[in-house]
Amino acid sequence: MNNMASNILLSIGIVFNLFGCIGLMRLPDVYNRLQAATKCVTLGTCSILVGVLLHFGFNDAGVKALVAIPILFFASTVAAHALIRGAYHFGIKLGKKSVRDDYKDAVK
Amino acid sequence: MTNYLDVLLYIQIGLSGICLYRIIRGPTIPDRMVGIDIFGILVVGICAILSIQTERSFILDIGIAWIILSFIGTLTLAKYLSGKKLNE
Repeated sequence: MNNMASNILLSIGIVFNLFGCIGLMRLPDVYNRLQAATKCVTLGTCSILVGVLLHFGFNDAGVKALVAIPILFFASTVAAHALIRGAYHFGIKLGKKSVRDDYKDAVK
Repeated sequence: MTNYLDVLLYIQIGLSGICLYRIIRGPTIPDRMVGIDIFGILVVGICAILSIQTERSFILDIGIAWIILSFIGTLTLAKYLSGKKLNE
């Protein structure tokens, strides 16, 4: 029973990672790529770690997986925010299909 | 059941190959940095699946250390992109 739930959570995580990587490969712009890939891959990896916790239970390996979840969540989101802000200041233009840029007014 | 975990592990390694494609082919510098960031998160998933497959817990330690090092590296590169010094 525990093993079955763990396998289902691992599969859900892999599917989320797959969608994130398709977005990373196909989208036209660095901003679109980062917002697709970061959200999907972070949540997918969190799901994989919850699956590891269910597989091991509350021994040393399971607690390590439980500790890794908040570290991953905060580190990846903060890093993505800083990275895309640096990319904007570096001078990367928006893609051709983007219609609106609110940050241009805020940065002045 | 180990066969199923093998399949999941191979899929995850293939996904990190997609990130390598973005790192090599990225048209601009921030594209390559996005690829490196996502690659670091995917490696944590590889470590988690490997820890189930081999029933050892020290591989998760490698994953946690990889998260923190990737975080510091990405912050440093973002600081470099926005044109500031590192102590600003």
